[in-house]
Amino acid sequence: MSAPVPRSYSRSKKAKNFILNIITNPYNIIVLVSIILLGYLIIVPLFEMITTTFHLAQRDLRSVPGATPGEFTLYYWNRLLFSNISSSLLYKPLMNSLMIAMSVSVISILLGSVCAWLLVRSDLPGKRFFSLVILVPYMLPSWCKSMAWITVFKNARVGGSTGFLASLGINTPDWLAYGPIPIILVLSIHYYAYAYLLISASLSSINSELEEMGEIAGASKSQILSKITMPLVLPAILSSFILTFSKSMGTFGVPAFLGMKVNYYTVSTMLYSTVQQQQTTTGFAIAMVLIIISSLNVYINQRAIGSRRSYATIGGKGGRSNLVSLGRSKPVILAVLITFVIIAVLGPIIILLIDTFMLKPGVYSLENFSLYYWIGSGRPDIFEGEKGVLANPRFWKNVWNTLALVITTSVIATSCGQILGYITSRGRGKFSGRLVEQLVFIPYLIPSIAFGAIYLSMFSRPRLFIPSLYGTFTLMVLVSVVKHLPFSSRSGTSNMMQISTELEEAASISGASFVKRFARIVLPLSKSGFLSGFMLIFISIMKELDLIILIVTPSLATLPYMAYSYSNGNMGPYSNVVASIMFLIVLLVYWLTNKLGNADIASSMGG
Amino acid sequence: MSKIELIGVDKYYGNNHVLKALNLTIEDGEFMTLLGPSGCGKTTTLRVVSGLEKPQNGTILMDGREIVNAAELHYEPPAKRELNLVFQSYALWPHMTVYNNVAFGLTIKKISSDIIRKSVEDALERMQILEYKDRYPSELSGGQQQRVAIARAIVNTPKVLLLDEPLSNLDAKLRIDMRSEIKRLHQEMGTTIIYVTHDQIEALTMSTKVAIFFDGVLEQVDTPLKVYQNPATQRIADFIGNPRINFVDGKAHCRNGKLFVQSDLGVYEYGDKDFTANEFPKSGEFDCILGIRPEQLTLHKRAQANTIEAEVYASQPAGSETLIQMQIANTRLLAKEIGVASYDQDQKIHIYVNPAMVNIFNKETGKLIKLATELK
Repeated sequence: MSAPVPRSYSRSKKAKNFILNIITNPYNIIVLVSIILLGYLIIVPLFEMITTTFHLAQRDLRSVPGATPGEFTLYYWNRLLFSNISSSLLYKPLMNSLMIAMSVSVISILLGSVCAWLLVRSDLPGKRFFSLVILVPYMLPSWCKSMAWITVFKNARVGGSTGFLASLGINTPDWLAYGPIPIILVLSIHYYAYAYLLISASLSSINSELEEMGEIAGASKSQILSKITMPLVLPAILSSFILTFSKSMGTFGVPAFLGMKVNYYTVSTMLYSTVQQQQTTTGFAIAMVLIIISSLNVYINQRAIGSRRSYATIGGKGGRSNLVSLGRSKPVILAVLITFVIIAVLGPIIILLIDTFMLKPGVYSLENFSLYYWIGSGRPDIFEGEKGVLANPRFWKNVWNTLALVITTSVIATSCGQILGYITSRGRGKFSGRLVEQLVFIPYLIPSIAFGAIYLSMFSRPRLFIPSLYGTFTLMVLVSVVKHLPFSSRSGTSNMMQISTELEEAASISGASFVKRFARIVLPLSKSGFLSGFMLIFISIMKELDLIILIVTPSLATLPYMAYSYSNGNMGPYSNVVASIMFLIVLLVYWLTNKLGNADIASSMGG
Repeated sequence: MSKIELIGVDKYYGNNHVLKALNLTIEDGEFMTLLGPSGCGKTTTLRVVSGLEKPQNGTILMDGREIVNAAELHYEPPAKRELNLVFQSYALWPHMTVYNNVAFGLTIKKISSDIIRKSVEDALERMQILEYKDRYPSELSGGQQQRVAIARAIVNTPKVLLLDEPLSNLDAKLRIDMRSEIKRLHQEMGTTIIYVTHDQIEALTMSTKVAIFFDGVLEQVDTPLKVYQNPATQRIADFIGNPRINFVDGKAHCRNGKLFVQSDLGVYEYGDKDFTANEFPKSGEFDCILGIRPEQLTLHKRAQANTIEAEVYASQPAGSETLIQMQIANTRLLAKEIGVASYDQDQKIHIYVNPAMVNIFNKETGKLIKLATELK
């Protein structure tokens, strides 16, 4: 074997090929474009928001004597953290939020794990029904449930009509009508569905042979549960705890409906109200507090379970699963579960629906039945002549707004998700892949309402190449797309991971260009994944209130916003009609997803 | 039909040096097998030739035309190299029928549909799967999928056909069928074939040349027979051949241009005509290793001229052949006899070794220093 022979070498050819190799590789181009866009839409807004809180705004000139607008200042942080209003501005709401988040997490985990265990590991009858019904809360936005709560428990303390219980002559105490207790209860019957989903997935991945082995070794049932089953599902429990905690921390709708009217504030409602009162910069500082808590949460999550999460799925073969017999307590458990389903799951929906048919709010009788709030043409003596929802042109405009927003956003977000998923799956181990993965994750750290605040700050004035977007449809689409990127790109990644690179390599050897490969191999194979990703984002944006509450304007109002403003104006029945319609749309889409998702091409192609 | 030359090719994955200064020439029409244990760089070599991987150093020529010049960052795209590849996983597109899978490359080239249909049907016919042309890959067995993958790779009559462990996913019987199928394909089409495998039987039975890799280094390129008879290094000797070659520790020294090798088998004497180009100490004693193929040991019931006594350790009759393990002093040897033979445990037997058929390796370098000569 001879030594390597140096062949022709020319510096200019090398330079030419270097550039050609980069620009003729479409992968590099999409990576570059994605990174620039992500940087512009995620990093820049975040950075801007942070710097804004350190610079004096024109309108706060009076508060800082002798200052010039735009100069560096600690005024806002001082005001937020160390002034005489800090307590009501930050510390009290923060304590409220932490207390709510902690209680909600504990209750939802308990509820979720009990449900998961019953439905996965026990011989409970009617599992198909329960496993479907138990997920209904997931489809009904949490703030709709708080509307149902008000409908039932509303007392005379705030204006307007009273609720169902008051109409029966039961005067509900304040603590039950408004404030922390209802907020915690409503959030818990919403978020337990998340805990249920995560824990039941983990439970069903445990091979029951592991438990049987413990039985053979002589362990009692409680020992098996505590020594074998619990440690195996612990990662799932921990991660649902963190998820619930940070979701409840950032949630806006429920504390807004159930707390703001009695001056009970959480961090997110305080953020909203500061922005409403034109104290935008203070609002941004509050948003940052939310983001820091949320990031801390994710950090703890990764430290605590990052390395241990693996074994929850390793035994994912499933294997045989022997059910635990509930024995004589079966009827009791069944009765409790049915009661729970009726009260917590179906209850809110039924209440909302009934309330829309009661002409005189608070009077529940057959004579009072009316379709007025649905189709009435407006009587001056009822709610100042507001027309029934379906007869109101504003409603149809809002339906149109909502559908336009949801469809545009889902299409864009899902497509971006596929492309980003392509980059992260093909760039595994490469710097580009990791960078995109990290960038895309950032919106996840930022609670929706804070995210809305960031975009409000960033795009309310003209920017490089972009005119002021405040009050435009574009801004709503932009904020929804970017906020949903973590989900869409995650589904895109798992979608793309299923398409082996060899399928693409085979095409490239056959002479297919990047575009051809994408169009004829990657896209057709990712179709079903695309569809399910699309539907998930569709449902999520359909329900979205927190994200757009700060940037929506009346002409662009969506259904959630319409329901929110009706409720804010003490026009409960109208608000309930809108909420019911929304729920129906979400249910329909969910049903369609299940239908289409199963019947798709997946059946004809296994290899 | 094409000649391929790889000159000084280096490939790194991060800090992992996978191919180390590889020089390899594949002649026109050759069936070259790249053989080695997993992780040795054979698949990487194939992917570098195909254009799916870009080497950091080196040049690759195809019929004298430069398809890779790493110094100038010139890498011709795979599609322009007039080759085709069969993947280990087959990589059939699951959303296309067999016909469309095979036709894909031709439709890209905007060839008229009549010609496409004819070429596709020819290729399917050749692989005997024309009747399945409207099925989807998931509706075919593993062996049929394999045939589709090969049909797809030969439909555009490539100058070079690359096969990456194509038989590793098939069961034992199908594998033997496909071996002869591929061998016939090579003879009928005359295409240059580069074939990657870790199965030495495939390498020995199918190829015209075998290239053996260890740890990213090409250790030997030769015909299958020569690789078997005169492996360039001790580890190649160990890797090639089933049952494994016997290694016997020995001491060697040179005197008067002759090599004397002392071991439990006695003293052998070799002239310099059998020496390889590899270095070994020309004075003084040094450690060496004798390599003896199991079929080179002849067993006798009674002592004869030049036999040595051994004791049977275990005998394994398998119908068509019998493997006999035996012990001589501190050395255990394995012999292979054709047909059924019966030996008792601890039975005394007498074995004969033809010293000319023994490979001698330098223990220090692991390199072959004395060739086994072919029996005339």
